[in-house]
Amino acid sequence: MTALPKHPPAKRLGLAIDLDTCVGCHACATNCKEWNTGGISAPLTDVNAYQAEQRGVWFNRVFTYEVGGEGPQARTVHFPKNCLHCDNAACVTVCPTGASYKRSEDGIVLVDHDKCIGCKLCSWACPYGNREYDEHVGVMKKCTLCVDKIYNQNLPEPDRVPACVAACPSKARHFGDFADPNSTVSKLSRDRGGYDLAPETGYRPTSKYLPPRPGQRGGAAAPTAAEPLPAGTGRFLKWVDRVLTR
Amino acid sequence: MARDPAIDTSPVVSDEVKYTTCYMCACRCGIKVHLKDGLVRYIEGNRNHPVNKGVICGKGSSGIMQHYSPARLRKPLKRVGPRGENAFVEIEWEEALSIATGWLKTIRETDPKKLAFFTGRDQSQSLTGWWATQFGTPNFAAHGGFCSVNMAAAGLYTIGGSFWEFGEPDWERSKYLMLFGVAEDHDSNPIKTGLGKMKGRGAKVVSVNPIRTGYSAVADEWLGIRPGTDGLFVMALIHELLHADKVDLDYLVRYTNAPWLVVQNPGGADHGLFARDASGAPLAWDVTKGAAVDARLPEIAPAVVGEFTLPDGRVAVPSFQLLADRYMAAEYAPDVVADRCGIPADTIRRIARELAEVAFEQQITLDVEWTDWAGRKHDKITGRPVAMHAMRGISAHSNGFHTCRAIHVLQVLLGSVEVPGGFRFKPPFPKPIPPGIKPAGKTYAPNTPLTGAPLGFPTGPEDLVLEADGTPIRIDKAYSWEAPLSSHGLMHMVITNAHNADPYPVDVLFMYMANMSWNSTMNTKGVMEMLTAKDEKTGEYKIPKIIYSDAYQSEMVAYADLILPDTTYLERWDCISLLDRPICEADGPADAIRQPVVEPDRDVRSFQSVILDIGARLGLPGMTNADGSPKFPGGYADYIVNHERTPGIGPLAGWRGAEGDQHGRGAVNKNQLQAYIDHQAFWHHELAPNQKFYKFANKDYLDFAVQMGFVGHADQIVIQLYSETMQKFKLAAQGHGAVQPPDHLRARVEASFDPLPVWYMPFEEAMVDTTTYPLHALTQRPMIMYHSWGSQNAWLRQILGRNRLYVAASKARELGVVDDDWVKVTSHNGEIKVQVKVMEGLNHDTVWTWNAIGKRSGAWNLAADAPEARQGFLLNHLISELLPRDAQGKRITNSDPITGQAAWFDLRVRIEKVKPGAEVSEPQFPTIPRLVGLEPAPTVNSYGASFHAKAPTERSPA
Repeated sequence: MTALPKHPPAKRLGLAIDLDTCVGCHACATNCKEWNTGGISAPLTDVNAYQAEQRGVWFNRVFTYEVGGEGPQARTVHFPKNCLHCDNAACVTVCPTGASYKRSEDGIVLVDHDKCIGCKLCSWACPYGNREYDEHVGVMKKCTLCVDKIYNQNLPEPDRVPACVAACPSKARHFGDFADPNSTVSKLSRDRGGYDLAPETGYRPTSKYLPPRPGQRGGAAAPTAAEPLPAGTGRFLKWVDRVLTR
Repeated sequence: MARDPAIDTSPVVSDEVKYTTCYMCACRCGIKVHLKDGLVRYIEGNRNHPVNKGVICGKGSSGIMQHYSPARLRKPLKRVGPRGENAFVEIEWEEALSIATGWLKTIRETDPKKLAFFTGRDQSQSLTGWWATQFGTPNFAAHGGFCSVNMAAAGLYTIGGSFWEFGEPDWERSKYLMLFGVAEDHDSNPIKTGLGKMKGRGAKVVSVNPIRTGYSAVADEWLGIRPGTDGLFVMALIHELLHADKVDLDYLVRYTNAPWLVVQNPGGADHGLFARDASGAPLAWDVTKGAAVDARLPEIAPAVVGEFTLPDGRVAVPSFQLLADRYMAAEYAPDVVADRCGIPADTIRRIARELAEVAFEQQITLDVEWTDWAGRKHDKITGRPVAMHAMRGISAHSNGFHTCRAIHVLQVLLGSVEVPGGFRFKPPFPKPIPPGIKPAGKTYAPNTPLTGAPLGFPTGPEDLVLEADGTPIRIDKAYSWEAPLSSHGLMHMVITNAHNADPYPVDVLFMYMANMSWNSTMNTKGVMEMLTAKDEKTGEYKIPKIIYSDAYQSEMVAYADLILPDTTYLERWDCISLLDRPICEADGPADAIRQPVVEPDRDVRSFQSVILDIGARLGLPGMTNADGSPKFPGGYADYIVNHERTPGIGPLAGWRGAEGDQHGRGAVNKNQLQAYIDHQAFWHHELAPNQKFYKFANKDYLDFAVQMGFVGHADQIVIQLYSETMQKFKLAAQGHGAVQPPDHLRARVEASFDPLPVWYMPFEEAMVDTTTYPLHALTQRPMIMYHSWGSQNAWLRQILGRNRLYVAASKARELGVVDDDWVKVTSHNGEIKVQVKVMEGLNHDTVWTWNAIGKRSGAWNLAADAPEARQGFLLNHLISELLPRDAQGKRITNSDPITGQAAWFDLRVRIEKVKPGAEVSEPQFPTIPRLVGLEPAPTVNSYGASFHAKAPTERSPA
């Protein structure tokens, strides 16, 4: 089995994902796919790409749920899901070969494909379903937090963020260091009640979800409108003496 | 402790980065394309681009798979088998161009209107429309008639701009946003970005839509309205605001025709027209002078209510009084409309109150000095921070023009158009109302160009494109009494009318990027039959010759006789022109180019270069030099740089003049394209702070607009709440004037042409038995695939590879239907068999599905048993392009009676649970054989492996 870093990583990189503004457009999913299929985990193989039972490796998938009641009372929530880079990552500790590991410098959980034997124990250990088995290559792949983009000296500094974050049109994804209490993600999480997915597992995800805001649904019924007005031109009386100028 | 494995966190991403413009939908975002080893490595948004400001959507991020699609056409094709069977031989370009030229030359020499040239999802309409003009056929349009012409026309005839391309919510300042009928399409990234901003600062978002997905899901409040009733809902809001006196009268008298006097002479030929002086100036009643005065003058004190006697003795009232009289009536009270709309009356009243509260109690003041049209200086700009956006759910109904106009009236009454926090025009809009271009085509002759562009804006019956006997001149019957203001044409009627020789047969149907034998048509099965129907006497096809250009093997390819294969969007030059559908933003005009970022690996040519070549071969004016040589031998890129529409005005506004230092107007600059390439493929001009608001009445803006060629003069553009154009058509229907509708359309024209927005029941609903067809049926475009090209995309089809019919949970309980059941869906036009998914966020009486996911087996180089074909389906089979027979036994277009907008969303159906059988959707059609020259699509896609030296692409041997 594989050990987690002995000391907490200096940085805890992760995402704050805003369920209030995610419109479910899949930009995060496909931009992730295009970056990573040519990146450190290349390729993100597709099987039956143009046939029936099409499937493939995705590091980011978006789900949609209706929750909280019936009809207008219910809410539709778009829920993007990718590796949460847990502090207590069981997907690492179950790995029999040392292929899965959590980086000591920034907490990113990665797979060394040279060591992976494709046994899938890690995917059984991940309660979030965030491991992706490349059936064609026979190894496990997963979100790298775009480790080959966020530190990439060949890219302009503003582009050194995960592909999903750069793409997101509604700014529902934020990237940063949760170990730094003053980082944007730490602040957002504090201000917006960022929560751990399935905390009962004890895996202590790094990335947080920001819950949907309650929404301004309107409130109490309006009082009956204007008092009944006379028919005919009488109803215009209020405007007759109004002096207006162009 | 073991160290972490050494990994390369700084690999070289690309050899080269090229900037261009996305074409995965109509949004036209700026993109950066990373190239490595001659291949596309990564596509990302351009941070500096005015449309997307760095972001990119789910479609745009999948451009690699679109570009390398195995469905790409490879070489020109000539049909050798029966139409519809996909039997072609590959031919050389010279042969293809000779065939096309031969066919077209004969037509041009005899009867140019025998060419029907319709260009689908064309983003080069200023070229294609000009080409049709030079050819001399009035039969030109792109796909706007079946897309959103109701939105464009209602806006252009009311406020001088429109939703989406001609205007946008003030995302930075608005405090309250209402979305009407907005699914996940137009305008893709700006809406997503804007919603993120608005919700981030706590502004309220209300979405009015029968379906709760996408934007409606994140809205603060979702109103699951009954389809086709939005107009009533909006009129009830207007009713409330008028009764509560929550309208901006100061704004109305300054910027709209609210005070213009309307002649009251029931039965007379002048009834309902504006009172005008001898010079034609509209009149208002000045209450201080006690006299009728030129309504456009500054400093007058116009009445907005009252009855006045004109100098000639006629009686007139301000148009505002007519407006108030109509909407204050009891028929628009919330309690009256609530049931029909499916929105509680209390909710309607509350929304009206919220609108008024935000508009008038939370107004924004910008301390910006500006000068109005009359030269008066003002030291501040007042904003009413209520913004609105509307799209397909409004436009795709036969009452959509009026509904869209009603939304604009609501915006204007609140004083929230072209002010901070409201709805803002994108230059070159606003334009005169309507724009001053009339449709050409009333005269046509062999070997002769039209006198102007085929598409324009009639202002009265005299502008209709009719023969002297009233017969429509256009094959789609645009600008006829069936659709008088059809400023985008009626592409959905072309095949039916040509097949029926109504009003006449055509000889060549020439189409571009329009999947008319599948998802881009109503009555798909019927249209497939019409495309293959033969004249019994001659044995010839009823539509004798079909030329089609596309980049991919869409379903339409099988129905053409000659295929002109187009490039992908990464292989081509294009201009996103101010002369066309611009990409400007409210803060300033912009245009852009596409440049080839990779070379085609197939024998394909850009459609635009091909029609310029054909044009030169035909000797068309404008495309041919005096010596007969081609004017644009360098193809479309040559045209983009060297064509001038008027002296100094060309397709691109940036870097004009010999030195490349002029913008807007200027001589041709031979190095213009390089200038665009050097500036990330776009040009953008930021307006000065004093030009950014009240553009219709802002001297500094209007002077700039004249200089740029956007408008002809700097006069104030007065918002037309009351539409005199509409009244002129109504008067004709009532028997006035020289050009009158035929009797079978007289009542329809009289009822639907109203100078103020009206609501009427959508036609199909009014004509079919609603107990037999109790449900509304709609489609929405998925965010990842709108524009329908997604099913060939290896990535996108994993996200959505088949569609289902969504049924409201409450309705499903009534019907005893649960998830995965199969149902038969029946309309007056046909039936389909599909699988069900139940959802909560849906109007009780509505079913819907994702548009254009269903594919025909064998199309797009997908496997014959792909789920798109086997389980996916189209609602299109149920939608007829013709209404049921009317009382006179006639069938006319299933379209808005004003604009000819295809009434997709008027569809009425019933659903019945059926045995699943083979668990295959119905109808199924014979599998289209793979096209000659196309390789079978691969099963495994390892794209990207080559960029990473160590990447294994398959399982190593055990």
